[in-house]
Amino acid sequence: MDAILLQILNGLDKGSAYALIALGLTLIFGTLGVVNFAHGALFMIGAFCAVVLARIMNYSRVVIDETRTDFLGNPMKIEVPYLHDWFGPATGQTMIEWSVPLAILFSIPVMWFVGYAMERGLIRHFYKRPHADQILVTFGLAIVLQEIVKHFFGANPIQTPAPPAFSGSFDVGAMLGFDPNVIIYPYWRLIYFAFAAVIIGAVFAFLQFTTFGMVVRAGMADRETVGLLGIDIDKRFTTMFAIAACVAGLAGVMYAPINAPNYHMGMDFLVLSFVVVVVGGMGSLAGAVLAGFMLGILESIASMAQVIEYLPGINQIVIYLVAIIILLTRPRGLLGRKGVMEE
Amino acid sequence: MFGLNRSDTLLLIFVALLTMLAPFFLNPFPEGSSLAQFNGGYPDLMQRFVIFGIFAIGFNILFGLTGYLSFGHAAFLGIGSYAAIWMMKLLTMNVIPAIILSVIVAGVFSLFVGYISLRRSGIYFSILTLAFAQMSYALAYSVLTPITGGETGLQPKLSDPRILDTMLGGGGDATRANLFGLEMGKSWQMDWNGWVFTFNTGYYVAAVVMLIAFYLSIRIFRSPFGLMLRAIKTNQNRLNYTGVNTKPYTLAAFVISGMYAGLAGGLLVAMDTQVGPERMFWTASGEVVLMTILGGVGTLIGPVLGAGLIKYMENILSKINEGLLETWFAFMPDTAGDVVVTVLALFTGKGWHLTLGLIFMLVVVFLPGGLVGGLVQGGRRMFRSRDGKATRETKSNQTPPTSTPAE
Repeated sequence: MDAILLQILNGLDKGSAYALIALGLTLIFGTLGVVNFAHGALFMIGAFCAVVLARIMNYSRVVIDETRTDFLGNPMKIEVPYLHDWFGPATGQTMIEWSVPLAILFSIPVMWFVGYAMERGLIRHFYKRPHADQILVTFGLAIVLQEIVKHFFGANPIQTPAPPAFSGSFDVGAMLGFDPNVIIYPYWRLIYFAFAAVIIGAVFAFLQFTTFGMVVRAGMADRETVGLLGIDIDKRFTTMFAIAACVAGLAGVMYAPINAPNYHMGMDFLVLSFVVVVVGGMGSLAGAVLAGFMLGILESIASMAQVIEYLPGINQIVIYLVAIIILLTRPRGLLGRKGVMEE
Repeated sequence: MFGLNRSDTLLLIFVALLTMLAPFFLNPFPEGSSLAQFNGGYPDLMQRFVIFGIFAIGFNILFGLTGYLSFGHAAFLGIGSYAAIWMMKLLTMNVIPAIILSVIVAGVFSLFVGYISLRRSGIYFSILTLAFAQMSYALAYSVLTPITGGETGLQPKLSDPRILDTMLGGGGDATRANLFGLEMGKSWQMDWNGWVFTFNTGYYVAAVVMLIAFYLSIRIFRSPFGLMLRAIKTNQNRLNYTGVNTKPYTLAAFVISGMYAGLAGGLLVAMDTQVGPERMFWTASGEVVLMTILGGVGTLIGPVLGAGLIKYMENILSKINEGLLETWFAFMPDTAGDVVVTVLALFTGKGWHLTLGLIFMLVVVFLPGGLVGGLVQGGRRMFRSRDGKATRETKSNQTPPTSTPAE
């Protein structure tokens, strides 16, 4: 029982990442009707926003400390970040340690700009083109973005630690009445889950309770009629693309401490996110979120030693197996609408 | 000739000349010259051209004719490879049984996958095929290690039984594939005024197989069966309403293209006698999609061109490093030379993926029908032989009209 609970918790953070990426993909697909293969790259750019901010904040000047010497006997060189100069050592150090949460603020304008530029510059010319063309051009874009990042940051993963305040673990088991030290869960993963829940809630609330969201939902249902009513729906859809880019970017920023960012992390998530979107049902936002969490949790339950003993290799294939079973029993995924992407 | 009309015969002859004379025109630069780097006429690369050409031709039969976008075709290639290598380990190092078995096994497996996946269409079909391929990859990598060799893959070993070879007196080298004693890796070199042309047995075997595969695909494109598949692409609902059961047709197309993939996999093993699970990873499936779209979906020769272009870039562009660039631009003034080298270094060597990505984007943006579509359009603009209607048709269908010879 406690082992299963632990695996469910372990599945939550991966499930949150799947859910956030799939939510963005579905937003883009539902509004613009575009299959965006560059969405994984947006996730990756988000993670590198955290890396960039950490680097900027660590930007330092070199001070020579005459009182100490290094192992060669020369005076020791100490790097003092400029933040220490500006805000005092204590505040400056705290800011550096909190670079990942601060990167949330930094990444929103960046991702907004990237998303906006992508939609205006490239994607808008592909609304009327076949899905195969959309896939190819966004895939090409993903490769280009990935190579650019690789050029500047190298091919190795870059460690981006969470603030030390959250680096410990949290004894969930003791709280729920199990033996202590059985179910231990890192704080940061808990935060990631809470963060994902907030973002998902915010996106839904935005679509449900604002006038802008209402218009967008109307446009998703019937684009032409909304256009006939004198609303510039394209403009709103561009905004939705930027929002979807921000969602993917934020998912990436917060994921950086869990998994050190490297240039191909987007591609690694992309295929699974597509499976998630399709299992949830094309065009269904709730389905994407549901399927994201479901597949994330199933994946980590399947990697339990007891399960692998009976079904060897199941941890590698469980997501695809579940996807096949769901698609065969529920033709449009869990919550899919009729007539979307079936031609 | 061979039951083809005039333009198709010309196309077949063109492709036959192209493949048979490839060792000459792929090596246009003399050995030792600074441009010899661009020579693509070495056996390993030429083999890849034709083998991935076969793979793309087969994929095009499914995607180009029926419009069903399979994202898991690499699985059939991989399974064909594994079948071929087991045939070599157990029976004989002769490539013929290995290739035949790889086609059969890939056909049976694609029948199974196709039967299930074709119950859905559109993106649901793509995801189903992707799921099967990723499952095959993951299993080959982990649980099926006794059969697949896991991460290290499989190679023929001296200790393998090779029943037939032993019965016939243990003939031939135990670890080299052959065709009735003719070794696949054997090459002859022709030296002519500094130009070196290499003729490789394996390449010509693969090239002949590709010509047969290409001929079959022309026949399929022009047959009533092919017309039926095009009808499915255009409007499957209408076919269903008129009482046609489309499933057998799509399934047949799926199995045929799976067998082509298996054939390509078997040939790959026949050339380099090794196989690993990465051959089935989704990027390999994606690559054949890109080859087909880049060359021109639904055209006969497009996929071959796309496969050639991608493999050429993968092998040639990635070899150009900064040092080589510096020798090329040594004639320029230092600063200007440095700038040029720095800029070009982004796109070559390890950065060749960047060029690939840019080419994808440029082709899709500016040449909607792929390379062949672009050539046909360009040709039409040059000669103005057709009226505007045909051009519009090309744009809307993404395929050139059937009568153009370039197809």
